[in-house]
Amino acid sequence: MSLAHRLAAKIAQIDGTTLPVGTLDITLYRDDLGMRGTPVIRGTDIPFSIKDKTVILVDDVLFTGRTIRAALDAIIDLGRPTAIQLACLIDRGHRELPIRPDYVGKNLPTSHRETVAVRLREHDGEDRVVIEEPEEA
Amino acid sequence: MGWTRKDLLTMRELEAGEIVLLVDTAASLQEIATREIKKVPALRGKTVVNLFYEASTRTRTSFEIAGKWLSADVVNFSASGSSTSKGESFIDTAKNIGAMSPDVVVVRHSSAGAAELLARALPCSIVNAGDGAHEHPTQALLDLLTIREKKGHFEGLHVAIVGDIAHSRVARSNIHGMRKLGMTVTVAGPPTLIPPFVQELGAKVSYRLEDAIGDVDVIMMLRLQQERMTAGLIPSLREYAHYWGLTLDKLARHARPDVLIMHPGPVNRGIELAPEVADGPYSVILDQVSRGVAVRMGVLLLLAGRKGGDGG
Amino acid sequence: MSLLLRGGRVIDPANSVDTVQDVLLADGKIERLGRNLAAPADAEVVDAKGKIVCPGFIDMHVHLREPGYEYKETVATGTRAAAAGGFTAVCCMANTNPVNDNGAVTDYILAKARVEGAVRVYPIGAVTRGLRGEELAELAELAESGCVAFSDDGRCVMNAGLYRRAMEYTLPFGAPLISHAEDTTLSRGASMNEGVVSTETGIPGQPAAAEDVMVARDILLAELTGAHVHIAHVSTVGAVRLVRDAKARGVRVTAEVTPHHLVLTEDAVRTWDSNTKMAPPLRTKRDVEALIEALADGTVDCIATDHAPHALSEKEGEFDRAAFGVVGLETAVAVLLDRLVRPGLLSLATLIARWSRDPARLLNLPAGTLAAGAPADVTILDPDAETTVDPSRFHSRSRNTPFGGWTLRGGPWMTVVGGKVVRPRASP
Repeated sequence: MSLAHRLAAKIAQIDGTTLPVGTLDITLYRDDLGMRGTPVIRGTDIPFSIKDKTVILVDDVLFTGRTIRAALDAIIDLGRPTAIQLACLIDRGHRELPIRPDYVGKNLPTSHRETVAVRLREHDGEDRVVIEEPEEA
Repeated sequence: MGWTRKDLLTMRELEAGEIVLLVDTAASLQEIATREIKKVPALRGKTVVNLFYEASTRTRTSFEIAGKWLSADVVNFSASGSSTSKGESFIDTAKNIGAMSPDVVVVRHSSAGAAELLARALPCSIVNAGDGAHEHPTQALLDLLTIREKKGHFEGLHVAIVGDIAHSRVARSNIHGMRKLGMTVTVAGPPTLIPPFVQELGAKVSYRLEDAIGDVDVIMMLRLQQERMTAGLIPSLREYAHYWGLTLDKLARHARPDVLIMHPGPVNRGIELAPEVADGPYSVILDQVSRGVAVRMGVLLLLAGRKGGDGG
Repeated sequence: MSLLLRGGRVIDPANSVDTVQDVLLADGKIERLGRNLAAPADAEVVDAKGKIVCPGFIDMHVHLREPGYEYKETVATGTRAAAAGGFTAVCCMANTNPVNDNGAVTDYILAKARVEGAVRVYPIGAVTRGLRGEELAELAELAESGCVAFSDDGRCVMNAGLYRRAMEYTLPFGAPLISHAEDTTLSRGASMNEGVVSTETGIPGQPAAAEDVMVARDILLAELTGAHVHIAHVSTVGAVRLVRDAKARGVRVTAEVTPHHLVLTEDAVRTWDSNTKMAPPLRTKRDVEALIEALADGTVDCIATDHAPHALSEKEGEFDRAAFGVVGLETAVAVLLDRLVRPGLLSLATLIARWSRDPARLLNLPAGTLAAGAPADVTILDPDAETTVDPSRFHSRSRNTPFGGWTLRGGPWMTVVGGKVVRPRASP
């Protein structure tokens, strides 16, 4: 996920330390199998041991917290890190589980109905956060 | 393309996009086998029943591991021998199991059409693990996954399937799957073991091993069963092995150096495959087995994960 | 008590009749035909306007299953099904339990028929003891007891030497041998026709040759002995060709075909419905076309359902384990009216002949005609009534039909046996 790569690059710039970056697919840990249609698995790629390390989970938007809960289960199945911290670009509130971020880019109050999408230069051609109102039915 | 079917019964009814989805899903699940804790919670709380009427430890174990790695509760139901003469009929057994509300039933039976019957009788998902000589879709899928991994693509590949085609569900499922993905298939064997009108399924026919294996990308050897001899289909295993068995020598003289040797197992060493070939550098037989677990995980996941799924 | 059938279109091929007229039945016989007949005082008058009045239909290949398999069918339920289907007479096969291979079983069947039969029952005796194909049954006793033909149907008499002797022995009786032509060494293990569908489904199939080989053999034995051999349920273009050539040579061979072989092909098996499983199996379009042509030109002499009732538990389940056979009495007439006569593949008169004049002739039965003095067996058809086949409403004890749910136009309307109405007119 590009945000994690950008963070790692920034840290290398500031600090000189190169941190390993991996991708975590949490499809197999979701709690809503059968409710959202065909599960699409993009694959987990963490080519290093996380044992005894501090792992920073990076997500673009923190919302209900369910994705992060699944990610925590997934990480713990892969090994035993010393600590797991959460960095999110946008925290839009409406938590349904007791999950709190350690690092936040911006707090963005939203209504539950709205959607928040983070667009990144590498994938979408621009760096932008878009809040969308759902269309009236 | 998403997955919407309640069951996986045949390769024949699948569209190319569905086959690719199954293969892709399986490919991305392979890494679970490399983890220290081989478990993901995706099918937690789901019940998978293995209903095997034909003895088959390998395939059943493969499905069992697949289910367990996905955290499903897997139950094995072995009904041996003929159902109607020894008590409960197939339909009765099916209804009884259905009454226990499984989410998926994986069925292997010696009668063609058995999986379809189950799919009509039960509201849960049915996976055909082999119905008589009809189809064995998960075998074809793992064969396709293995081929794509080794060759990088499907389109344009030429596969030779050699052996008792007439009685082979593996051959039928593979012919359907491969044709849909743009591959060419040649079936080869003695004429008594090639079913009539097999060309209508899209396969070419050859009666000589040497002709069939020249210039193909994959040679898939099928197991020859003893019963074929007593049924008067071939005179002896010895003659079969001599004319249609694959040896290193025949490979060297006729096949391409980059050919893959495949076999659904178990191998009759010395009959259809010489031991040196089965264990040799061209063979991907063990790769097939490990792909089998991944494919079966993919199938269970897609069936349980379809919208409004699990019989609800 | 007399019955006057007024104003129907009377088609009687035996007498080359096709006219709108009245038919008066009295004392169990056809008394008179004519226009504007006066109704006797005690007569029940039936308005047959718009209906087709035919000689009573004969189904010469029916399994009544009694004695021994009463859970599938009995003489009572089977003949009720026949009456409902428009038949006034059936010939019942010998593969009961005990087998009808001696006079005592024949007597039993006839006694049941006398008391409980809704239509006339003509038993067919076995050719070999116990249908085992090893020794001749007491064929003279069977003939004397009332058997109108001999057949091991269900099985083929594989031993040519034995079958030859059976043909010779029965020459004086005037009763044909009915052959279930199937070389079991070619059909072993098969549940359907060998062809594209069997290759695709993986269901073991038997080639058309399994039938043709035996039809050829039976024709040659008939030629040798001078016997009359009747080929049961012909299903292949090859068999048709053999029968046609043999007839041209003067061999005493006749043949029958079932409604399902005239209307269905092996493609029906793709549904995995075991109500498409029977012996001989459903074949290809080419075979169906040859059979229709043969029925039209008389190479195939008559239509016979091979009504084969089976319990639900014997038909549901795995295709290759299911019993062979389908019922046919209650659907035959409607299916062929709708699928052969309506599209012009077979004329109405020919259909009627193949169910009346022709089976009566080849079995020497006092039937198949509406001439004055003949038994009052009448089949009345409604050419326009639309019905949907509902197996749950069958009179037969069994429901194994491939025609469930079919919507058919035309069918039986009223059936009369010996002057008595056994199938009341259908409600409007």
